[in-house]
Amino acid sequence: MTTPHSECAVELIDLRKSFGKTEIIRGANLRVLPGERVAIIGPNGAGKSTLFNLISGRFEATSGEIRLRGERIDGMAPFEINRRGLARSFQVSNLFTRLNVFENIRCAVLWSMGYRYSFWKFLADLDDANERTEQVLEMIKLDKKREVMAMNLTYAEQRALEIGITIAGGAEVVLLDEPTAGMSRSETKRFIKLIRDVTEGKTLLTVEHDMGVVFGLADKIAVLVYGEVIAFDVPEAVRANQRVQEAYLGSVLADQQAAGH
Amino acid sequence: MTTADIAMKPVYRFQPYNVGRWVVWSAYALILAVAPIVFQSSLALTMLSQIGVAIIACLAFNMLLGQGGMLSFGHAVYSGLGSFFAIHTLNLVSKGEWAVPVSLIPLVGGLAGMGVAVLLGYVTTKKAGTPFAMITLGIGELVWAMSLMFPEFFGGEGGVSGNRVVGKPVLGITFGPQIQLYYLIAIYTFVCTGLMFAYTRTPLGRMLNAVRDNPERVEFVGYSTQRVRYLSFIASGLFMGIAGGLSALNFEIVTSETVGAARSGAYLLFTFLGGATFFFGPIIGAVLMIVAVVLLSELTKAWLLYLGLIFLFMVMYAPGGIASLIMMNLRVAAFGKLRRLWTSYLALGATALVMLVGAAAIIEMVYHLQLNVGLGPELKFMGLTLNSQGLDSWFGCAFVLFTGLGMFELSRRQFAQEWGEIQGEIEREIKRREAL
Repeated sequence: MTTPHSECAVELIDLRKSFGKTEIIRGANLRVLPGERVAIIGPNGAGKSTLFNLISGRFEATSGEIRLRGERIDGMAPFEINRRGLARSFQVSNLFTRLNVFENIRCAVLWSMGYRYSFWKFLADLDDANERTEQVLEMIKLDKKREVMAMNLTYAEQRALEIGITIAGGAEVVLLDEPTAGMSRSETKRFIKLIRDVTEGKTLLTVEHDMGVVFGLADKIAVLVYGEVIAFDVPEAVRANQRVQEAYLGSVLADQQAAGH
Repeated sequence: MTTADIAMKPVYRFQPYNVGRWVVWSAYALILAVAPIVFQSSLALTMLSQIGVAIIACLAFNMLLGQGGMLSFGHAVYSGLGSFFAIHTLNLVSKGEWAVPVSLIPLVGGLAGMGVAVLLGYVTTKKAGTPFAMITLGIGELVWAMSLMFPEFFGGEGGVSGNRVVGKPVLGITFGPQIQLYYLIAIYTFVCTGLMFAYTRTPLGRMLNAVRDNPERVEFVGYSTQRVRYLSFIASGLFMGIAGGLSALNFEIVTSETVGAARSGAYLLFTFLGGATFFFGPIIGAVLMIVAVVLLSELTKAWLLYLGLIFLFMVMYAPGGIASLIMMNLRVAAFGKLRRLWTSYLALGATALVMLVGAAAIIEMVYHLQLNVGLGPELKFMGLTLNSQGLDSWFGCAFVLFTGLGMFELSRRQFAQEWGEIQGEIEREIKRREAL
């Protein structure tokens, strides 16, 4: 049992999660410092998405601790965690489908700007929130699509809006669950730059399958295998790590080389 | 403005002074003000008063259904209890125990509706979707059962009656004549419509839409979906209560059926018919509700059957209600293509009418056989004498029905094809304009 470190942006201490009798996360430990960009990799079924769901409050942990800047957040509702400065995106786009692009982003801005549940102010008069929404739209390059309903966007645009909603509230810790899933090579390239730009200066955790993305985006890599973090280091060290080679990375790299990447 | 100007614009400019909106709201006020001058009969005045009340109730109901995705099966509880509190207050004023101006009695109803929503809504809005609907159904039944158990408050079978002409008249207004009450209702209707529209433009109102679309994501942008639903439920309860209070003043009697499931069902049915996806849809629904309940029920005993059939066709073919039909055609008109549809609409209307006449004749004969058989086999239908026991009448009606049905189907196919073509053209036109 390790003691908590308050200087960490996100800290997992002996985190466990079971679904019925199956233990998916088996004592995961991780310390992410503020401003670090961490990619979480691992074979299918290693528990990467479950880990994100635990940190963001979508699932409740069976045991262990999750700390956000030293404060325990395990057991909190997603909105309480979000208000403390942690935002996440989803693997399958999770948008406000019948609202337009502008409204989607503005909904994500309102709480952090302090407008809460107010019904005595008109949205049109909230200059700061509207300006922030405009900035985000420009960042994610959807400013020309502001009037389009979210359900009518192309796939890549929906992925961009997904990122936009995630970062709009200005959260310090950003979790991106496979942000480039299902995208073409060129789109992925463009998207990595976008993610780099919009998460400038923030703590970033991302789940990713594409090794190109991982090495392009992350300062550090955490390798999750069977619900445990078996390695957490800078990319070169992880690449050279014997355990990682055996458990996972060797085969993936071999596959990707074979596929001609 | 050139495209370069648009691209240079630093931030998105909003237009709080929307000319179209001023026109629409002025027209709405004008219609409310002029309606009793155009329709002067006492029946018309009664109906107009009821329509005003129904508009508030349906709009309040739609705050949940259309804007929040909450299907309430027991919303008459809030208007009904608002009515009861209002009529009891009125009676206390009559006895001289309380001093509330009659014109503010609807607000008492509103506060009561809101209070009840604070209590019951807390339980109800813990859940969304189907569980929410089930809980509202349960609470509706609970209050209905209570109305039979506590005759002191609910007045038993006879209900609670009152007299709205109490206290000193202000500026000569006693609210005795129906026209005076109508204008009170009209003012409440206009103000409540305005407030409910304003609500849709506030942070809470917009988050309510977000909760409707994707409750899960709302939790990840800092909002508690439960709190958003609860607060909106309370707001809806306030307006339902105001409608109830006005209704109590209008009828000067409140019976326990005002909290019953039939009333709740009517709110749902007509809000849906009017169109839940647009703000103004429930206003259309409210007008239909009163026309159906007052006029259609006079015209035929089978009115509920007709209503059910209309509802059925609406759910199947135009789930956005009448409002969405209007908006879709406005879009076609905005692109200058409505003229191409005139002939199709004419054909659709004419064939639908033939079909309707045939169907109505058969329905009326069935009802005649069931209910009025003592009066002999013959009945009057649109100036014709039908024999409900004669083969020729049945055969004739069936012939009209199926001829209408066949022709309707033909013109419907023609229409569907034209409609599809026009929509395709509009989509291409929009793409072209975007590319500019």
